[in-house]
Amino acid sequence: MAASQANSNIGMSGKRKRKQASPNPPVPQIMKQGAFVPWLYLLPALAVMTFFIVYPMINTIGLSFMNSDGTASAATTCRDGQPCWGVFENYRYALTDEFNTSSPAALWKSFWSSSYGNTIKWIVVMVFGTVTVGLAFAVLADRVKYEALAKAVLFMPMAISFVGAGVIWKFVYDYGTSQTQIGLLNSIITSLGGRPVAWLSTIPINTFMIVIVGIWIWSGFCMTILAAALKSVPDEIIEAARVDGAAEWTVFWKIIVPIILPTITVVVTTMVINVLKLFDLVYVMTGGNFKTDVIANRMYTEMYKNFNVGRGTAVAVILVVAIIPFIYLNIKRFLEQEASR
Amino acid sequence: MASVTFDHVFKKFGEVIAVNDLNIQIEDKEFLVLVGPSGCGKTTALRSLAGLEEISSGEIRIGDRVVNDVAPKDRDIAMVFQSYALYPHLSVYDNMAFGLKLRKTPKEEIKRRVNEAADILGIQELLDRKPRQLSGGQRQRVAVGRAIVREPKVFLFDEPLSNLDAKLRVQMRAEISKLHQRLQTTFIYVTHDQTEAMTMATRIAVINKGVLQQLDTPQNLYDHPNNLFVAGFIGSPAMNFFRGKLRKDGAKLLFDAGDFSIALPAAKSTSYEPHAGKDVIFGIRPENVHDAEFVPMNIATEKVMAKVDVTELMGNEIFLYLMSGNNTFVARVDPRSQLRVGQQAAVAFDMENLHLFDATTEQAIR
Repeated sequence: MAASQANSNIGMSGKRKRKQASPNPPVPQIMKQGAFVPWLYLLPALAVMTFFIVYPMINTIGLSFMNSDGTASAATTCRDGQPCWGVFENYRYALTDEFNTSSPAALWKSFWSSSYGNTIKWIVVMVFGTVTVGLAFAVLADRVKYEALAKAVLFMPMAISFVGAGVIWKFVYDYGTSQTQIGLLNSIITSLGGRPVAWLSTIPINTFMIVIVGIWIWSGFCMTILAAALKSVPDEIIEAARVDGAAEWTVFWKIIVPIILPTITVVVTTMVINVLKLFDLVYVMTGGNFKTDVIANRMYTEMYKNFNVGRGTAVAVILVVAIIPFIYLNIKRFLEQEASR
Repeated sequence: MASVTFDHVFKKFGEVIAVNDLNIQIEDKEFLVLVGPSGCGKTTALRSLAGLEEISSGEIRIGDRVVNDVAPKDRDIAMVFQSYALYPHLSVYDNMAFGLKLRKTPKEEIKRRVNEAADILGIQELLDRKPRQLSGGQRQRVAVGRAIVREPKVFLFDEPLSNLDAKLRVQMRAEISKLHQRLQTTFIYVTHDQTEAMTMATRIAVINKGVLQQLDTPQNLYDHPNNLFVAGFIGSPAMNFFRGKLRKDGAKLLFDAGDFSIALPAAKSTSYEPHAGKDVIFGIRPENVHDAEFVPMNIATEKVMAKVDVTELMGNEIFLYLMSGNNTFVARVDPRSQLRVGQQAAVAFDMENLHLFDATTEQAIR
């Protein structure tokens, strides 16, 4: 009894504690400090997070206004006769350098081969692809006999490191300049009498070829979450729709999808966040060359290849700002879902 | 409107036979109740009719049409589920309109039918709400409304009242009966509650372990149960049973329970005679056991001595829980009865309303 009462005080606010008016059995004084004790328990986590997340973030923001080695203001890197945003010079570089502003048409074209344009392609194609494939897998796996086995197999790519997956698919996409094609895809094409394609260096298909790898990896993740949501749709509702006159396709679109829509939304926002952060596949497969660069890879390139700390951190800050709305959406959804339980 | 026929229907789940050679001919406009304990196969039978289960063999017909291989959506039936199964993302109106929209019914017609159904069920003011904003009883009404608007040939109800509280259940029972009279359509209703079956059905099919035990009107089922199961299942409190022997004593036939023996009416001796000397089960309903002091006039009774174990005063009657040797039984007696707990009392069995069953086959001896 004593233990349980003490325990209930630890995690609870002062409000709860006051309800337990009985002074007996005695509770150590420190445990009674409802306003203080919770902080005590949070302290280790807060300290670690402050040291590894909050401090670096503040530092990153600071560095993004500095020159390439963080020794002077970014404004000092401006060159005469070139556009200059003063202390925001690194942001000017990050936001405009990839674009050709000589004409609207050129701007349009350069935008879509920039890291921003590519990131948007990634978001649209990969999120749509993973959610669609994941949902299809979830629905189909639900109807086969060895459901768990099928799901395990479909989930497997998730267990492979992204670098590993990149290497595997580099082999699949390999383009040999000689007669022999060791790339799986090209040997299939040549054995059927077609001409081999340089999948990873042909613009604009190369970006989409890398996106396919992303879909291959992440679909299993989407499937797992969506399958859980599908299982929560009561059988009787589906049966009611069937008796009501709905064909399977109608049942799916008019009943199942609307019911699991909150989950689909969460999967979509989660995937958007994942795609925005995506770096490794591009790094391994093309290194961002052949106009396949994405924001996260560009950050790496500026930071560790060009050793320009100012520009690298500016790209990082832009990336964080782009991700924040989706994190907000995700948390909001999550809270709503919890509230409706 | 249509008749429904179960013709030698079997449904097996692996080794388990859920429905075993079911034969029922349900007339047009009939209110048939399938009743039995949980797991007896009644719901499986209903789901097979709805097309939600494939039957293993046999034939199910709606009207003259064999529907074995017809998809649920094409069977022209409507079903009310135990959990109501409302579409959570749709308003009450859209829940009810869903089936009609799928059938491309004109908008005006949908509106007319939904409003009419809402009027009948008294849910007009709920049409804009979502299911989660409704109480259990209201959801139940919406589920019924969704079935009504379709104007199907057959209505199926799968334990629709079991999630409601007792008071609401009684009220909905009456409303569903009224609805049946109003719609003049075939109703098939599954329940494990014999009271629901008795109060609503035009005919009742009692099912146990997948096998149809008896199919008859409620009154006949109550008065003339075919076997021990039906006798015990229908009626509340349940019929009293005594195991014993049928003994011949001169010209008279006696039922000998060991602790007591009673003479059986001479009128029935021809049918009872062949069972003389065999083990039988004697059944009598609680209302046919009277306090010997307050026996209604003009009935032939046999007296049995028993000890009063518990009394329950209901106001209009008293339930007596009695013990005679190893046998415990219940009597519903006149409220003027002075019998009290612990007393040794004489109770009178109404011999016009006794039931006798073969102890081995458990079939009624008539």
